[in-house]
Amino acid sequence: MDSDHGTKGKCEAEASRRPGERAPLDLETLREGLRTKRGPELWRSLDELAATAEFEELLHREFPRQASEWPEGVSRRGFLQLAGASLALAGLTACTRQPIEKIVPYVRQPEQVIPGRPLFFATALTHAGYALGVLAESHLGRPTKIEGNPDHPASLGAADAFRQAAVLCLYDPSRSQTLSKNGRTGTWSGFASDVNAALRARQPFGGDGLRILSGTVTSPTLEAQIKQLLSRFPKARWHRWEPAGPHHERAAQVRAFGRPVEVRHDFSKADVVVAFDSEALTQGPGSVRASRDFAAKRRVQTAQPQMSRVYCIESGPTSTATVSDHRLQLPPAEIEAFIAALAQAVGASPSGSELVTDPHVKPWVDAIAEDLKAHHGASLVTGGEHLSPAALVLIHAINGALGNVGSTIVYTEPVDADPVDHVASLRELTSDMAAGRVDMLLLLGGVNPVYTAPADLEFAKALQKVEMSIHHGLYEDETSRYCRWHIPAAHELEAWGDARAYDGTASVIQPLIEPLFEGKSEIEVLAAFNNRPDAAGHDEVQTYWKTKLPGGAGGFDTAWRQVLHDGLVANTQAAPVSVTAAGPAAAAGAGEIAAAVQQARARKDAVTLLFRPDPTIYDGRYAANVWLQEMPKPLTKLTWDNALVIGPKTAERLGLRVEETVELTVGSRKTGAAVWILPGQAENTAVLTLGYGRAETAHGRADGGAGFNAYALRTSDALWAVPVEIRRIGERYPFACTQNHHALDPQGNETKLASEEAERRHVIRKTTLAALQQDPQVIQKEREKPAAGETLYPAWKYPGHAWGMAIDLNVCTGCNACVTACQAENNIPVVGKEQVLAGREMHWLRIDRYFEGDLDAPAIHHQPVPCMHCENAPCEVVCPVQATSHSDEGLNDMVYNRCVGTRYCSNNCPYKVRRFNFLRYSDRESPLAAMLYNPDVTVRMRGVMEKCTYCVQRIEQAKIEAKIEDAGAPEAGPHKIPAGKLQTACQQSCPTQAIVFGDINDPQWEVSQWKADPRNYGLLEELNTRPRTTYLAKVRNPNPRLEPTRTPHGDS
Amino acid sequence: MQIFHRSTNTIAKVSIFGAIFFLGFFGWVYSELLRSPYATGQGVVRNQPVPFSHQHHVAGLGIDCRYCHTSVERSNFAGIPPTETCMNCHRQIWTNADLLEPVRSSYANGTPIQWVRLNDLPDYVYFNHSVHVAKGVGCVTCHGSVDHMPLMFQHASLQMEWCLSCHRNPGPNLRPREEVFNVSWQPPADPDAATALQEKLVKDYDVKSLTSCSTCHR
Repeated sequence: MDSDHGTKGKCEAEASRRPGERAPLDLETLREGLRTKRGPELWRSLDELAATAEFEELLHREFPRQASEWPEGVSRRGFLQLAGASLALAGLTACTRQPIEKIVPYVRQPEQVIPGRPLFFATALTHAGYALGVLAESHLGRPTKIEGNPDHPASLGAADAFRQAAVLCLYDPSRSQTLSKNGRTGTWSGFASDVNAALRARQPFGGDGLRILSGTVTSPTLEAQIKQLLSRFPKARWHRWEPAGPHHERAAQVRAFGRPVEVRHDFSKADVVVAFDSEALTQGPGSVRASRDFAAKRRVQTAQPQMSRVYCIESGPTSTATVSDHRLQLPPAEIEAFIAALAQAVGASPSGSELVTDPHVKPWVDAIAEDLKAHHGASLVTGGEHLSPAALVLIHAINGALGNVGSTIVYTEPVDADPVDHVASLRELTSDMAAGRVDMLLLLGGVNPVYTAPADLEFAKALQKVEMSIHHGLYEDETSRYCRWHIPAAHELEAWGDARAYDGTASVIQPLIEPLFEGKSEIEVLAAFNNRPDAAGHDEVQTYWKTKLPGGAGGFDTAWRQVLHDGLVANTQAAPVSVTAAGPAAAAGAGEIAAAVQQARARKDAVTLLFRPDPTIYDGRYAANVWLQEMPKPLTKLTWDNALVIGPKTAERLGLRVEETVELTVGSRKTGAAVWILPGQAENTAVLTLGYGRAETAHGRADGGAGFNAYALRTSDALWAVPVEIRRIGERYPFACTQNHHALDPQGNETKLASEEAERRHVIRKTTLAALQQDPQVIQKEREKPAAGETLYPAWKYPGHAWGMAIDLNVCTGCNACVTACQAENNIPVVGKEQVLAGREMHWLRIDRYFEGDLDAPAIHHQPVPCMHCENAPCEVVCPVQATSHSDEGLNDMVYNRCVGTRYCSNNCPYKVRRFNFLRYSDRESPLAAMLYNPDVTVRMRGVMEKCTYCVQRIEQAKIEAKIEDAGAPEAGPHKIPAGKLQTACQQSCPTQAIVFGDINDPQWEVSQWKADPRNYGLLEELNTRPRTTYLAKVRNPNPRLEPTRTPHGDS
Repeated sequence: MQIFHRSTNTIAKVSIFGAIFFLGFFGWVYSELLRSPYATGQGVVRNQPVPFSHQHHVAGLGIDCRYCHTSVERSNFAGIPPTETCMNCHRQIWTNADLLEPVRSSYANGTPIQWVRLNDLPDYVYFNHSVHVAKGVGCVTCHGSVDHMPLMFQHASLQMEWCLSCHRNPGPNLRPREEVFNVSWQPPADPDAATALQEKLVKDYDVKSLTSCSTCHR
């Protein structure tokens, strides 16, 4: 007993020293350190600057100490029992034989199916209503991966993290699996007859009291169905609620143009971009395409270095800012003042310049205005949805005044069906429900207003007054609990449908698999409302398109097949509209901003709480998706949680520490939160992302009620910003943040490196466009590259292919598309918050985020880090069983079945890219999980090491295809993969094409050209590992007016 | 004073020597056991739902391998024929044979026939039929003379040393591409001619010795 107690006490002491536990940081000392440049120039976190014990440990060990320990609850005695048992079992398993397996062929094999080879189907997946054309990979009827559709204008072959993670949602066991009525199992026919009876009873009253609530709808078929229903029941109403908007943007359009429009940005023509609090590259309907266009202007050709110039003026760091040239950090009201001043400076508004009084900000307005005017028609000013409508009106006016309309910005007819003001629409519905004027309500497509509606509307209370409420969604959620009927929805990979992309291009959504849980699509539900309960979704969609598709020579069937093959309906872009921002609207906007700015300045030290869609789970709709939950958020690097994000200065003033709980009060509403300090967050602002803090009972979330509910404080008159009171509670809430995990150590043990030498060892190299134009070799001169011969490693020869990768840091926005692609392609498991806290996350490809410079307003960089596949690989020589070895094409192979789990390789890896299966993370039993796995990649077991393989399964497949093709040719040449015929999963998904991969022996491959670029450098190359993965240095193009003195070394 | 009897010296010597031989013997038994049909399944005939005879269909009727194993030239998996392929002939011949009842009922009910897998590689091995066929490795090289097998069994041990024996020196197992599916092809009897053919094929088909781990393990 005693020993048990002792062990337990020790365990508790250990547990209280988990990696998250921090001593208070003295931020002023850190600031001083940065000023005098004693600290590192690039830093990952405040912990690194302070060189806390926790960070030092993470730096010098490949895993934190705790990672080697057992999960909580295992005592020493328990460990010995398990160790003994596993030894005995290991002995016994050596005697077992391979189990006898069955082969189950088809009875009638479908056409085109070749067992062992995947099929790709062109379809579309929606996010907040808008489509992205994708190719869904199917192995014998199982969708396993989502890739972008190269022919689709919104994708051009890339896909974002949301769309790629959708395939996990398909197999989510927490999806709702039964149709229910009053909490008991119901049937579809029972539902259909109930609906039929209810509608018949309402027929004489024109459908009075019948309401539909949906999110944004772009589906032409669904729109036609709803309109048909509304024409049968003229008094019925269709309401819309999309929690993350666009709300302010739509309001601004109505004020500026008198009508809603769709705003289409064309970054490929923009030489100067000014982004006000804008996530245009990672959020919004056209973000994937916007990223591609944006990157086209940022990619530096060394022969003729040219690039666009990007300014970000924002209150908190955005992904756009990580690829910008100038970043100005301002509180929201000051941003609006800036916009007003800029509007006047470019002649878009009669007043506004007087609003900017700060002598540090004024030169920015002048410099940006001058730069914009110098690029008439080739600039682009974007504003985030979170700005006030008045500010967004001014941004439209600025673009108009700069001649950008028609070139970098195109206004088209709205893509969403029947665009309305969502807030007004939801408010009308709620007040009608509360007044008892609604007796039949259909909540369509997974809308969850009980959770997401503005708190002041009290939606749940009103919903209880509705007699017949029908909830249709993928999950049983907060709203479904208040509804009489719940209809499980079919996933977009399970049902027929259609949707339109950001530019209006329509796609038909085709199913790859029968509904796993008998779900029904929106279209099938609406068909039941239109008296066709047994109509197949396929027929409904076809019926709509029969009248729309051009017949042509082959008639409708040929055209339909073409649409399914291409993944889009040709020539369905939204028509451009000619609108001009009305002068009076701009003037009124400037006036409105002036008043708001005065008010905000009077409040002085009050903290403004900003609501933002979450970068991983959006508005909460992806809360059940564990890929997205465990994906580190691009800027905070938090997983599994949201946090009250504040800047260092605000934290100091309020006396708040990281991971400390607080109480937030807005008017009479309160909620709890925990603090995260993010350098780069403007003073007196705090960000709380939407989607977390779900009720304990809500289904469809994997987070176990993690995080904090922003919706509890969000009201219909303050959707994005509200003054907040923060009261310190001071309890500890641990965050699973990966910012300190896998930290690189360029200085190593040589702590007294001369500062010059230390500077040479930067993991992120950067320069300026001017310096590069002057001397293209500027990066090469900085490199510290040992001669190839200075080594004891064998000199490998590669007569055939030699695989390599290059990553252009200049265009990486840190959007996580590659991380998700890698996860899907390589069967990478999710480990959960507890395990992330122990540093055991399994992502083969991580994106490191670095801060640079000023503690309060740093520059921010992203760096994707896969395995480097070193020529002189430190991991290979230390493996006692040769489980990791050099291939004849230069790959650093990992053989799972040989690995005995010594972890020596990971100990010896300077890049910390190896991941160890401490526990059995992969689900090897559940039949649903098994359906998702890529059959070409081993599902790893406990106790083995794994890491990036350069998608070796794709390499081998491409080689085999090349060999077979050559075998068919009369003169069989060398069996080589032609240039460009092979892509890794990360490369394929990247919206900015920041990653290239290929044969570095063959100059035809793009990667060879990148490697020959003078911007090319290797990570920690001074160690003479000779990495195969290299980086192209970051180039900034600063405005000389804002940064007059430049050193050739760039912006350090 | 002598504690132990003199004979213990002998016992000690014998047991030290004995232990070496004993361990060696166990090592030999273990390695033999690992390579035995008990562990590898080599040569073991297993009960199948239908006692399909390759001897009859291949040698007797002369049906090409690819009539049933359709994806062998295009996929990693050679393919097991769908019931429909069996019924192409058996809806006309032997329509009432008792042995074929599982085939008929499969076709009628739409329930697949569940064959017992004979050539079963571990899950971490990614073998690809199509590339071996394209490089001139004959079916019988690995699967044995199926035209002499009334009931099918696993011909080779399928152990890694067996794979590597060919991957290290592919030449002796190559044949002209047009003879890959010919079950009765024999290399030239003249050893010199056989060697010349091997060398020609290795060169013509660009056959390399591939022994990197990731060739088969991913």
